[in-house]
Parts: sequence; C-alpha cells; structure tokens
Amino acid sequence: MPLLEAIDVHGGYGGMNILNGVDMTIEADEIGVIVGPNGAGKSTMLKAIFGLLTITQGEIRLRGEAITNLSPHKLVEMGMGFVPQEKNIFPSLSVEENLEMGAFLKPATASRLKAQIYEFFPPLLEKRRQPAGELSGGQRQMVAMGRALMNEPSVLLLDEPTAGLSPLYMNEIFERVKTINAAGVGVLMVEQNAKQALRIAHKGFVLAAGQNRFTDTGAALLDDPQVAKSFLGG
Amino acid sequence: MNELIYFFNYVVIAGSVTGCIYAIGAVGVTLIYSILRFAHFAHADMMTLGTLAVLLLTLAFPHAGDPLGLPTAIVMLPVGMAITSLIAVGIDRAFYQPLRNHGVKPIVMVIASLGVTLMLQGLIRLFAGTGSQNLYVDARKEIFRIDVPGVTRPIILTEPQIILFIVTVIAVVGLHLFLTRARLGKAMRAMSDNPDLARASGINTKLIITLTWVIAGSLATLAGTLLSLDVAFKPDLSFFLLLPIFAAAIVGGVGHPYGAIAGGFLVGFAETLAVFNWSVLLRPLRDSLPTWLELPNNLALVGTEYKIVVPFFILIAVLIWRPTGIFKGKVI
Repeated sequence: MPLLEAIDVHGGYGGMNILNGVDMTIEADEIGVIVGPNGAGKSTMLKAIFGLLTITQGEIRLRGEAITNLSPHKLVEMGMGFVPQEKNIFPSLSVEENLEMGAFLKPATASRLKAQIYEFFPPLLEKRRQPAGELSGGQRQMVAMGRALMNEPSVLLLDEPTAGLSPLYMNEIFERVKTINAAGVGVLMVEQNAKQALRIAHKGFVLAAGQNRFTDTGAALLDDPQVAKSFLGG
Repeated sequence: MNELIYFFNYVVIAGSVTGCIYAIGAVGVTLIYSILRFAHFAHADMMTLGTLAVLLLTLAFPHAGDPLGLPTAIVMLPVGMAITSLIAVGIDRAFYQPLRNHGVKPIVMVIASLGVTLMLQGLIRLFAGTGSQNLYVDARKEIFRIDVPGVTRPIILTEPQIILFIVTVIAVVGLHLFLTRARLGKAMRAMSDNPDLARASGINTKLIITLTWVIAGSLATLAGTLLSLDVAFKPDLSFFLLLPIFAAAIVGGVGHPYGAIAGGFLVGFAETLAVFNWSVLLRPLRDSLPTWLELPNNLALVGTEYKIVVPFFILIAVLIWRPTGIFKGKVI
C-alpha cells in the first residue's frame, strides 16, 4: 500500500481552481520531488495535502485511509509533518523551544528526540538558547525541519526547503533529506532547484498549469530531453 | 526630611500602587492581543466585574477571612477569579468565537468588545447600583504608620497596599515562569509568534485561547479587587482604568507582557508625579528665596481631577513618536 496517494486532485483558493487534476503516489521509503514552472501549483498541491485549502474534487489517502480535507491538526496527529516555505519558525522562541513545540502532542518523547535532532543538525546545539529569529537562513531551515521531525512523522512535506540558501547550504539540506528518508520517513518536497532535487528523488512529478506533465523516477526525468528542455533550463 | 517622607507617601507608594494595578491590567490586554489579535476594550469592565464578584462573595460571607487574619475579600479573591475566568471564557464563546470563525477583520472584534463593554456595564449596575461600596464589610482597613527616626511624619502604608505589592510580585514571577517553563505557556508564545505554524505543529489553539481568557480574567479580578480594597468599589471603575491600561500596554509595546508591566509602572508614576504638589518640596527653601518670588501653594502639573489626561497625553505621544512602544511591539 502506498504511503501517500493523491488521485485527481482539484482545488484552489476562493473558487479559483489552481489544481486541475493532480495524481501522485509515494511509497514509505521514497523521496518524491515536485518541480515545474512558477504558478504550476506545486506549493498549492502540498498545502492541499496538508489540509490548508479546500479540495473540491479527488481524494488524498495516507496508507490507504482517506484524509481529504482533514484539518492540519488532525493530520499532524496521524503522523504528517509540514515545513512551510516561509514563516516556518517561531522567531521569538529559542531554538530549543521551537523543537519542543514540534513535539507538542508527544511531550514524553521530547527530550530524547531533541538530543537526536541536535545530533542530526549540530549547529543547532550551540544555538539552542538563542531566539530562532536571530539565526541564519540555513540554520532557520534546520530549526524548521527539526521542529517537524520532533513529531516523528511518517511522511514529511517540505515546501522549497532550499529557497534563498547558498549552494553550500542547499547541498547540506539535500543530504539531510536523504538521511531523514533513509531513517524511514517518506518525503514529498517542492523544489525550485529542480536538477539537484531530482538527483536525490526516487520519484519526480513535473507539474504545469495544475496538472501532471511528466511523472517518472528522478533519474529518468533528468535524462528526458523534453523535460530538460522545457523545465530544467536545457 | 518631612518633605521627603511626604514625597515617599504621595509619589513612591501611590505611584507603585497605581503602577501595579495598571501593570496587571495591561498584561491582560497585551496577552489577549498577542493571541487573538484585537484590542479588547471590555477588559476594564472585566476588572469591575471580577471585583463585583468578590464584593458579592464578601457580602455573603463577611467573616470568612477572620480565622486567617486576612481581609475577607482576599480570601474570596481566588473564587472571584475562577468565576470571572468562567464568565470571560463564556463571553468569548458567545460573542468573539463566532466572529473569529467567520474570519472577520480585527476592527469588527474591537467593536464587538465595545458592545460587551456596554453590556457588562449594564449588568454591573444592575447588581451593584450606582454608588460606591467598601470592600471591607464589617471590618476596618488596617493602616500602618512607620516612624522614621528624626522625622515627625510617618510613612503610611495600608494593608491592601502591602497585599497588592506581594500579589503583584507573585503574579509577575508566576506569569514569567508559566510563559518560559510550562509547555502550555511556551505554546502560548508560539501561537503569538506564528499562529499558522502553531496549528501545523499540532498545538491545540482552542485550548490556548481558553487559557488566555482564564489568565486575563484572573488578572483583571486581581487588579480590580486590590484597587477597590484600597479605595472602594465603584461601578464606573472601568472608566478610569481603560485608558491608562491601554496606554500602558501600548507604551510597553503591544504583545510584550514585560513591556506591559514596565508600561504600567511608567504610566502609574507619570500620573502620580503630574498630580504631586511640588510646592511642598520647595517649602524648606522658602526663606532663602528672593522676596519677589512667592511660592504658590499648589505647584502640581495638573489637578487631581484631571489625572486622566496624563495617560491620554502619554498615549498620543507614544503613538506619534514610537508607535511600537518601548519593547518594539505590534502596532494596534
């Protein structure tokens, strides 16, 4: 049974449809990457899965169970983690408090997981008492991912985790995503840095105008001359 | 030396008392703003309502405090706080929550809170009449005179003032510990920082909202009761509290509980200093002043009856020159 399944999803904001029938499937041990031009509905798709906008048609399933239009709160309880692209930290809370908020539903496991996150993102350990808002972009992204991981999700949704980061930090974040996935967390992420992202993707979804354009393994999409020409800048 | 004692009694003590009351009130306003993002104009009436609850309990059991050696109103305070918290949560469920669920603009919530103000004022007058009442029922307020060696005038402190200082310290330290140590307190700060992310983290935002009203209602009762214990219960108490409390919250930077405390004391002291008769301090110099300079009897900046203009002035000055307040808060 696939971990996450989206079947013919339609939806948008205020009656305007942005998604016009998107299909997606990822297995429990996979990294799925959504790429495509601006306005293709990539982030919208992620938000639709996480219950942040109304799906007017189609279905989303988590391990076979329908989760269409469930509230984010409920989805977090069911083991879904979401890292928004912007405003993904609590700026006035310390790094440590940010992580604790991620484990709000599981306070008993917080200290064990906190130690794991510090091991995983070592720069956060020395900054743990500092307000997260004072951190650099890359470190903020680590806080944001760490917060989502504190709930021990089975599937993690990442909205452009490398947006605005230097190439050095970008590679670092992609390495972390691979490690997270290797630890048994399914990952679905939206990325602007399409080439680099598809290199670590088991599955790639190329969206355009709210519909699937190409769906294949990351490697196959990278090799496809048509995809390269239209979506990866040649 | 007598003049210094006079200054101590009429500025240091009086300013601290006013400061404590404003600080506790402003913390409530600021907390509600941080979590619900609207200026809650009914807050001062919540203070009056809480005080009324304590007054009614005190009238019903006038001697409950005797075995403990405390004023009955103090013994009834926790009960009054619980009742007011319940009412505050009830008001939220009945009036504010439906509006919130409709996703209305903050100004609509502000207007709704004005409606709640009028409603509460009516209710309070219905139960308490229009006259003022003493919170010491069948008892006398204790007044302590502390003699300072070499001076004829004593330092004067009343029992409610001492209780007020102790309770304010406990409330501030307690609130600080709650916001920085407790899981729900941290979640409250998280929700104030980023409500969407709080929801995406699985924080139960409804529970946080309820908790905010419980804290705000309790603190309002605390401040109102301790003020009324020192002076008297007046049904129109809120009229004199609303403006200074909002001035304090804005001066401190809206959304910052510590800023609200600082703002409370700032407004409180500004008010007392403005109505203080400075001529008293100059009196010992009277003989050495040139003859053409006659010392007037009253050198206060504003008359006591115009005390309310001070927070008004501070409010306008802050809004013009530093709308974010001392601690860089949000702009209402």
